[in-house]
Parts: sequence; C-alpha cells; structure tokens
Amino acid sequence: MSILINKNTRLLVQGITGNEGLFHTQQMVAFGTNVVGGTSPGKGGEWVLGNIPVFDSVKVAVEATEANTIVNFVPARFSADAIFEAADAGISLIVCITEGLPVQDMMRVRNYLDQKGIRMVGPNCPGLLTPGESKVGIIPGNISIPGNVGVVSRSGTLTYEVLYALKLVGMGVSTCVGIGGDPINGTNFIDCLSLFNADPATEKVVMIGEIGGTDEEKAAQYISQYMTKPVVSFIAGQTAPPGKRMGHAGAIVEGGSGLAADKVKALQAAGVKVASHPEEIPSLLK
Amino acid sequence: MKLHEYQSKQIFARYGVPIPKGQVASDAVHAKEIAKELGGRVVVKSQVLVGGRGKAGGIRLAKTPQEAEEVASQILAMEIKGLPVRKVLVDEAANIEKEIYLGITNDRAARKPVMMASAAGGVDIEEVARVSPEKIIKVHIDPLLGIKDYQTRDIALGIELPKEHWRAFNQIAFGLWRAYLECDATLAEINPLVITGDNKLVALDGKMLLDDNALFRHPDLAELRDLDAEVQSEIEARKYGLTFIKLGGNIGCMVNGAGLAMTTMDIIKLFGGEPANFLDIGGGAGADKVAAAMRIILTDPNVKAILFNIFGGITRCDEVARGILTALEEVKPNVPMIVRLVGTNAEEGRRLLSQAKMITAETLVEAAKKSVAAVAQV
Repeated sequence: MSILINKNTRLLVQGITGNEGLFHTQQMVAFGTNVVGGTSPGKGGEWVLGNIPVFDSVKVAVEATEANTIVNFVPARFSADAIFEAADAGISLIVCITEGLPVQDMMRVRNYLDQKGIRMVGPNCPGLLTPGESKVGIIPGNISIPGNVGVVSRSGTLTYEVLYALKLVGMGVSTCVGIGGDPINGTNFIDCLSLFNADPATEKVVMIGEIGGTDEEKAAQYISQYMTKPVVSFIAGQTAPPGKRMGHAGAIVEGGSGLAADKVKALQAAGVKVASHPEEIPSLLK
Repeated sequence: MKLHEYQSKQIFARYGVPIPKGQVASDAVHAKEIAKELGGRVVVKSQVLVGGRGKAGGIRLAKTPQEAEEVASQILAMEIKGLPVRKVLVDEAANIEKEIYLGITNDRAARKPVMMASAAGGVDIEEVARVSPEKIIKVHIDPLLGIKDYQTRDIALGIELPKEHWRAFNQIAFGLWRAYLECDATLAEINPLVITGDNKLVALDGKMLLDDNALFRHPDLAELRDLDAEVQSEIEARKYGLTFIKLGGNIGCMVNGAGLAMTTMDIIKLFGGEPANFLDIGGGAGADKVAAAMRIILTDPNVKAILFNIFGGITRCDEVARGILTALEEVKPNVPMIVRLVGTNAEEGRRLLSQAKMITAETLVEAAKKSVAAVAQV
C-alpha cells in the first residue's frame, strides 16, 4: 500500500517533448512507472522513447489512454493554463513540478480545483515516489527502498538527503510526497498526514518543513488531535534572515510570522520529535 | 519587487484612485519649481524602499517654494537605513480630517486575496494588527470572481465610513483591486487614505509589492526595479540564475537546492560557525555556474572558507566534481574548501576532487565541523 500513487497509476506527461519533460519521462519509465502518454500542443501524432504517444490536448489523451494522473513540466508562464486543461479533462491527480508560477495564477488554480474536487501536488515540487511501484516527478529512483516510513516535505534535495539517510540504515519508505516550496500549493502537510494516518503500510511519518507561512503549526495541531502514528520532523531555515525569500517563493519570514523556532515549538508541544539536523532523523525514528 | 511611493501612486491613479497633485524631482531646484507650480504648501517626501521615512526626517512640510528647495536639498543628502535618497516626491499638502487604511494582499492560509481596512489609518498596520486586531476589517475576495460591490459596502460599514463617502470609496476599492490584479501585485496598499477638509477621499501614500514570478508578463513594471535597494552580489547572482543571499558570517556555502542550502547554513551555526551566505546553484551545476558562484562568494572579504554541499540525484556527483575542478582553475580561490558529495556517483566525484587540495567530508555533520575548524585555524 501507499498513498496517492501506486502500480495502478496511469500517467500522462504534460510537456513531454520539452527537455525536462522528456528526460524525466525516460527516468520514470526506467523506474517502472506506467507512462501511458504525453501532451505537447502541435506535436500530436508523434511518439517519444519508441512507444509513448504524444497528443495535442489532455482531453484527447485521456480518451485514448484512460490516464488518471498527470505530471506537469510546462514552463511557468503556461503552467496554470495546463493545470486548468488537465482539470477539465477529468484527471483526478495533478502533479506540478514547474517552479515560478505567479502566485495569483495559483490562487485561481487552487480555488478552481477545490470546486471540482481535484487534488494537485505542487507546484515547485519534486513530485512523488512510491519505492518499488511508481514515481511521478523528479525524485531520483535509486535513493530509496520500499518500507513503512511516510515522508512529506516542502523541499527537494533536502528530501533526497533524508531518503538517502534512511536507505543507508536500511529504512524504507511507503510513499514520499514533495508538496513544494510555493506559498500556495495544492496539497499541504495535513492532507498528507491524514492520508498516511489511514494507510496501513505507513507506520511512521517524517515531516520536513521550512520557514514561511503557518502550515507546520497547523500540522502540529492536527497531529496532537488525530495522528495515531509517530511523527519525526525537521525544520529548515533557523538561520534565515527575516524579509528574504530563501530560494523557495514560500520560504520567507514576514511580519514576525513563519519563524523556524515557532514551528519547532508547536511541533514539540504536539509530541513530535524534532531533529536538530537531517542526519538525526533515522535515529529518532527507531 | 518593491515599488516606490510615487510609482505605486501613479499606478493607482491610472485605475481611478485620486492622488494628490505632485511630481518627482532628483534635485532641489526642480523641487522648488514643482512647489511653485503647485502653489501653496507642499510635502517633500524621500523616495526610498524602506519603512519609517517620516520618523527618519525624510518627509517634511514646506510652506514656500524656497523652503521646498531647502528641505529637498537636505533630504536628498540623506541616507535612510543605509539607502541613499536619490529622489523626492513633491506633493501638494492635504488638509487631513481623517486617516483610513486600505490594502489588498495575498492571504496564504486562505489561498485568496484579502482586502483589509481600518479606521485607524496612517500608522503601521502590522502594529494595529498586533495590538488591536478588532480594528481591522478583513474581506476575502474570490480570485475567480473578483471583488463585489457588497463587499466594499461591508468594508465601508465596518470602518464606520460616513454614507456620503461610500460611492467614492467603492470606486477606490475597485481601482485598488484592479491595480493589484492587473499588475500581479502581492501587496497594494493605501496608507493613509484621507478624508480631506473639503470632504474628498485622497490616497496620500501608496505602496506596492509585485510578484517576481509574474514580471514576465509586465515588462514595463520590471523596468521600475530600483537596484539601489539590492545587494550588488545578489544582483550579480541573478544574472547567472543563482539564488544568493548575503549573510554576516565567514563560511561561504554552495549548495544544490534551497531547502538543503538553508539546512547547510543551519548546521554550520549548530556547530558554532557562522554562514556567510545562502546560495542555491540549482540542478545540473556546470562549471560556468560553479565558477560564477565561487566568484560571487569570494567578493565578500569576510569569507574564510567555502563549503560545497552537493546531493547528487539526477545530477551526478562526478559531473559536479568536474565543474568544481574547472571552476577552481579559473577562479583560484585562496581559502580552504570543504566538499561533501553524496548520492549518485559520489565516490567517483570524491576521487576526482582528491587531486585538488580540498577537504572532503561524508556526512553533513562532518562537513559542518570541518568547515568550522578550518575557519578557526585561519
């Protein structure tokens, strides 16, 4: 078992003929993900990697392939349109890897998807990985093994660090979800925590947060009220100066809100073990 | 990206928000001419991208054009919070009866824009929000529908605005909403919006923050960027597609990924050191990018060591190592360098770098400790 993606995932790649899209399609196929097709307006009828069909629109692609999940590599300026297109074509899970979406675009996207009841992961995220079954996005497939730890994170390479550190001590992962570093995203910590809580294959959860916003504090509230499985956390950005965006659009301390120290305090109060650095995480899970 | 007061107000005016008559000057003589043209009393306002201009003496009243010239020459010689004043806005002085706050920003938690208003205008709104939040009226706007007439009425009622001003207030609120929407702002704020002695609503001060990610569709607004307010090394980094933020310490950091870059800073601090910067070189770090990053880090004379922390996922560590070697030949840094390569092809990467005089580390903790030790020896 796993959350959000598994071996039944039938994936479309939006922007499949672009550099990033094509490269990562190759990686996903090599991992074993069932990539059933891709889209690239104007290139319908072509094939990539020998046997993956390219379509002009998501609607046609869904009709032809019965895809249920889509991963978006479309450049930021066209990305919101691509998400609306996927939503209107009946896709139930949209994973947006693209970084740099205008925040007002994301507000419109999120409110639209909420009305239709469609889940999105990202944007500005590495995607999802269910070791041994499927990967959707850009998380390296070789740094994690199947197991019972659920991982949810706002970061990319920091998440890889943690997956790798777990693998080195023989700990495996049920599913890893990169929810992305933008201020407004599709799926947040609480969404993932509740999915992990209900997933029989997940026994423990690692939650990697960072400065900016109050999602970690809200997650702490959720954990103390509902979470039945142990949670270990790490929060990046203790030393980040206020008012500066630390690479991720959402990683900013504004008006005294979003501080790492407040997040750590809230999580500890909820019974979460908070690591002082990522290499401490495996020992806290034991 | 921040806009100056005069830029923000000019944008508001385009959307039908009344602003005082006024013009920008970069020298005192011009300020005098503007004052003469306006006639009567004027306000001379420094245009710098920091708060607290008034308290610093950067906003002053002048009764005559001569006085405007004197005041302008004083203000133009000022530095406010480290920023030189290069321009002043000369506005006609308003007869203020009442000050209101009106602003729109993104509510991250609600995932919607929120319009906020308060009858306690003219002061720091974050202070009002902290001390007496009940004095702030908030109305969330559906991003798919836009603001509605009833919502601006609700706000007018909430701040007990006299009925005679409702129509004008509605126009201003809609103008501010359109400015926020069409400029892709993350903040559009009028503080204060005043009721004048002759019973009109006027936006005396304005502030806008724009979404950097949306500037591709606003080339005209992108040109308004004031580079004075930015650190030179951060401007340089942007040219190479690097995210760089200068900090106060002496251990330079070069990391792939924003979260890992923050973590690297944190762990240096945890083991008693001080990071000199945040730097995310992103994925696929080629030699040119690594060299640019190295040069930018070394422009800071405080830097006594550089820590490379690279996680190879899709990016292979041996590729990054080759990039580092090429960059080393080009830049020839004379500070100790600590490198940690983990993940795909890490061993090959470490082998390549063993020829160069670099201190290697396997774990994050080891890398941090070795960096702190290297600096202590200098």
